[in-house]
Amino acid sequence: MRRTVGRRGTGDLLIALVVTAIMAALPFGYSNELLLFNFVTFLALSQGLNVLYGFTGYLPFGYVGFFGAGAYGFALTVMHLNWPPLAAMAAAGVAALILAAILTPLLRLSGAYFAIASLAAAQSVYEIVANPALEDVTKGPYGVSLSGVFAPMFSYQVGVAVLLFSLVVVVWLRNSRFGLALQAIREDTVSAAMAGVSVVRGRTIAWLLSALIAGLVGGVYAWHISVFYPDTAFNIQFSIFATVFVLFGGATTLIGPILGVVILYGVYNTIGITVPQYFQLIYGVLIVALVLFLPNGLVSLATRRGIRVP
Amino acid sequence: MSPEPLLEVRGLVKRFGGFRALDGVSFHLASGEVLGLVGPNGSGKTTCINVISGLYAPDGGAVVFEGRSIGGTRSHLLARGGINRTFQSPKPFLSLSVRENVEIAATYGNTGEPVDLPTLLASLELDRHAEHPAGDLNSAQQKTLDLARALATRPRLLLVDELAAGLNPAELGRMADRLRGLADDGMALLVVEHLMGFIDKVTDRVIVMNAGREIFEGTLGEATRDPTVVQVFLGGHVPA
Repeated sequence: MRRTVGRRGTGDLLIALVVTAIMAALPFGYSNELLLFNFVTFLALSQGLNVLYGFTGYLPFGYVGFFGAGAYGFALTVMHLNWPPLAAMAAAGVAALILAAILTPLLRLSGAYFAIASLAAAQSVYEIVANPALEDVTKGPYGVSLSGVFAPMFSYQVGVAVLLFSLVVVVWLRNSRFGLALQAIREDTVSAAMAGVSVVRGRTIAWLLSALIAGLVGGVYAWHISVFYPDTAFNIQFSIFATVFVLFGGATTLIGPILGVVILYGVYNTIGITVPQYFQLIYGVLIVALVLFLPNGLVSLATRRGIRVP
Repeated sequence: MSPEPLLEVRGLVKRFGGFRALDGVSFHLASGEVLGLVGPNGSGKTTCINVISGLYAPDGGAVVFEGRSIGGTRSHLLARGGINRTFQSPKPFLSLSVRENVEIAATYGNTGEPVDLPTLLASLELDRHAEHPAGDLNSAQQKTLDLARALATRPRLLLVDELAAGLNPAELGRMADRLRGLADDGMALLVVEHLMGFIDKVTDRVIVMNAGREIFEGTLGEATRDPTVVQVFLGGHVPA
């Protein structure tokens, strides 16, 4: 039994490494590096959301709040403390962790209440950051410029490292007893508690891990684009896209969110540019069809036949 | 001389708003003993189990387990400390396999000797379904899985909430034998059940509850001759 889990874990880890290697190598053969970086961003962000939604069932509409906190954690330490980018990346993670710790009481809510409350929390953070009265600290609504640390290729590769981290976290959760305990919590909190699982502790760890990933992604995003505004860093589209990608591919799996990003973000960037007039229609039809026929995501095509999907 | 009680419930009170679901219930239970908790719907049987298993904090009275007051202790700590339960409506982790359901409990809820999971599953006839999702099991099998999950934590006190409902006669007999076997091995069992034949076969004594209060304690045979119990179950007026 343990050997099977070990083999599966190795297989999952191999997939994570292959995806990371592909994303690391692509800029050397494809010139649209910004597009590739957006793929890296959403691949990692989707896995971060997968940690929370897939393994505990909490769907945070305000997930972008952690992303924005990371972006500003990075920016503020670079601007005010002159920290080097890699140290500022740590600050990005810490900023998201602090925000998550403050918002931990949200975990007392569930379902739509949690989703809406997390959105409201993200909006609150945005309002604070964008407040003109805080211009000296956050630059308020006027945005930040980090041109001094602008390093597109280096920041891209750090983004790939963040992606690897997010993938490894999901591989660990899929193959560890702690991940199993989280899934038990997702299924039934009362039963999980009677199985000896500390529901509060499990949820909190997943919440913090998920926030950490979003914070790191936000940090590297800030570094990569270098000039941004609160509207950019707290754009709800990050939450929506990450959520749709996870749901489309299939939560709780490693491969599901990857498929979601590659297919949907690929479609978004193909038809969104070539035939923008049909884009909303095609995107909408895809999502409606998925909800109707594959509510558990694309991976359910295999899982419903008893095939294990990584 | 009666053995030292493993569980002692003293004057337990649980209120939901103005409604007193438990109104001063007291009883005790020793290792190896099976106590039945019977009574009409709404009499407080399941609430009693919910309080003992940490789902609800008591509003009054005391729950003492192995000499320690445990009222209001969180469920996962109780599970690790030797108390577990089954549920009236089975509550397995539906998307996880039967094996994983039990493995979680054995990992997190068992602080003693490791549990031999294949043997446990085989003893409850769940071994054939070990790798199937729990959601594929029928209701009776899901109840049995609830029991398996509870047993995987090696409880010294097992709270059994209407485990027999929905079982066919053959399954009922096997389940009764299993529960008696657990008691023979030293486990204390508190069994809530409506099927009196099952209660008769499994329990050493029963407590009859009505409207949150204990109205009778003794054997099931004695209970059936008690006028207050008869009135509660069958209605009508009992002469003073």
